[in-house]
Amino acid sequence: MPNTINIPTPLRPFTDKKEAVEVSGATVGELLADLTTRYEGLRKHLYADNGKLRNFVNVYLNDEDIRYLQKEATPVKSGDTLSIVPSVAGGAPTSAPPATDLSPEEIKRYSRHLIMPEVGMDGQRRIKAASVLCIGAGGLGSPAAMYLAAAGIGRLGIVDFDVVDYSNLQRQLLHTTNDVGRTKLESAKSKVVALNPHVQVDTYEVALSSENAMRLFKGYDVILDGTDNFPTRYLVNDACVLSGIPNAYGSIFRFEGQASVFATKDGPCYRCLYPEPPPPGLVPSCAEGGVLGVLPGIIGVIQATETIKLVTGIGEPLIGRFLIYDALKMRFRELKLKKDPECPVCGPNPTVTKLIDYEQFCGVRPEPAQVQTTGAAVNDWEITPIDLKKKLDAGETPFILDVREPNEYQINRIQGSTLIPLGELPRRYQELPRDREIVAHCKMGGRSAKAQDFLKSVGITNVKNLKGGILEWIDKVDPSQPKY
Amino acid sequence: MALSLQSGVAEAIRAHGAETYPNECCGALYGRDGVVTATYALPNTTEEGPRRRFLVRPQDYRDAEKRATELKVDLLGFYHSHPDHPARPSQYDLDHAWPFFSYIIVAVRAGTPEDMTSWRLREDRSAFDEESLTHAEHNQHPDAASSIHG
Repeated sequence: MPNTINIPTPLRPFTDKKEAVEVSGATVGELLADLTTRYEGLRKHLYADNGKLRNFVNVYLNDEDIRYLQKEATPVKSGDTLSIVPSVAGGAPTSAPPATDLSPEEIKRYSRHLIMPEVGMDGQRRIKAASVLCIGAGGLGSPAAMYLAAAGIGRLGIVDFDVVDYSNLQRQLLHTTNDVGRTKLESAKSKVVALNPHVQVDTYEVALSSENAMRLFKGYDVILDGTDNFPTRYLVNDACVLSGIPNAYGSIFRFEGQASVFATKDGPCYRCLYPEPPPPGLVPSCAEGGVLGVLPGIIGVIQATETIKLVTGIGEPLIGRFLIYDALKMRFRELKLKKDPECPVCGPNPTVTKLIDYEQFCGVRPEPAQVQTTGAAVNDWEITPIDLKKKLDAGETPFILDVREPNEYQINRIQGSTLIPLGELPRRYQELPRDREIVAHCKMGGRSAKAQDFLKSVGITNVKNLKGGILEWIDKVDPSQPKY
Repeated sequence: MALSLQSGVAEAIRAHGAETYPNECCGALYGRDGVVTATYALPNTTEEGPRRRFLVRPQDYRDAEKRATELKVDLLGFYHSHPDHPARPSQYDLDHAWPFFSYIIVAVRAGTPEDMTSWRLREDRSAFDEESLTHAEHNQHPDAASSIHG
């Protein structure tokens, strides 16, 4: 017994303009086969090269989609009507389709991306065609670089000039115990290449600066800011705005992290949020304030997620939204962020049109450390660990003031020192002797310099800052103690 | 090949594109013998992000075809918008195209409709060919053009 197939408008030219055609067979598949035998021209519009029905061809048995029956194996009864119903689909290209193609090995590797229509072959090609520059191969750069490499980013640039230290291993997963002493770039590159040899890794062993930033950024699609200090953060932001490259931003401190996407075409930049840097020293670095090891894992992966979304053009990027994560409360908060019309970099009337001196902008004292490595104090407000040791050996009894936190004091200390954390100093400075020289120290010299300033403001001027803090003391005088 | 638009048709497509910006709009084209006399706005049901994709579901397609029968006209094709992209078909458009239909694309830049082009799938599915868009002479049916928003 014949069955009827309803033919949609665009296919009727192949069926001699007939709206319905009589065919026979026992299943949907057989009816369709009969149809395409009679009208050969239909075949390439109904079936893809692999012989399967094209996904925008819908076949209804009476009023039911055969996908929810037994597909082409669905049996048909006499009098059943089959309808071919087009899905009409299309759309704009998300950008020029990348010319790159994927090898069979890559198709296997990225299959979990490819089966999601939001990514698919198109998106994966975009990921492969994309280039991302990670500023720093530390806490944030580690997870970001690993995930971007795993995801198949075509070119991964890494800027870093540091050497792997034991204190990095608690959070910087690119580096392992065996890497201590190696450059972070070497260590990072070996991990990334081991994970995904398809990624081109370009390393830059330099400190990012106003002189080199524009040149380094050139040719990259996204900059991933994994820096740990304000001068570099402002530098990255301004260079991104000036070069028109989006900035997948993240930062971490103690238990809290932040993330956003800055410097997109119409979105705000870091300066729209923070036009001015905080006063120097107000916000300590991770080296001074500490950081929960898993925290950069969360934030760096958010940066990598946003990077993938930017290069594939899917989802809602974190543009104009500032995400704040609190690991202790396990809470995310989101602040709305608007482009500041007065913004000195990305506003309509910018005053910053080229990169400036960011150390000066952030009020950071120029690093005198390099010139002082000989160990000689070059001024009267500092004392070197060696000079302090000489004083002690000579029987002098300076009052050694440790302004660190109690948990740091538990790790190491200078014998005979007194602990008054910086934050308690305003309430407790009366405890200090007025008749003795005071030597203040912290971990590296930052907080004790502030202690020194504070004490000066209350009239205690006989204070020297221990240069390089307890770390340099351990290096130069007392290597028996652990460093952190 | 050429597709002729009766007065009001181009305006209706442009207005629909502006209305749905930054998302894509889509709709059906009705008429006879290469003259579009009416449009029918359809919902964009894509699940892949309407800023870059449109989809006319099978049930909406059937509805569009039924309407053609009721209006005693032919379903000539479909239109859609490319928000902030040129009025040229994408690979995705090509992969999903049907033969003989006219595909009108209107570019909408920052909410303002701009270029409008029309395309037909080549017989072997390898590419689109652009067809010229003309505006119908008044002796055809000057007042017949209408847009139906469904």
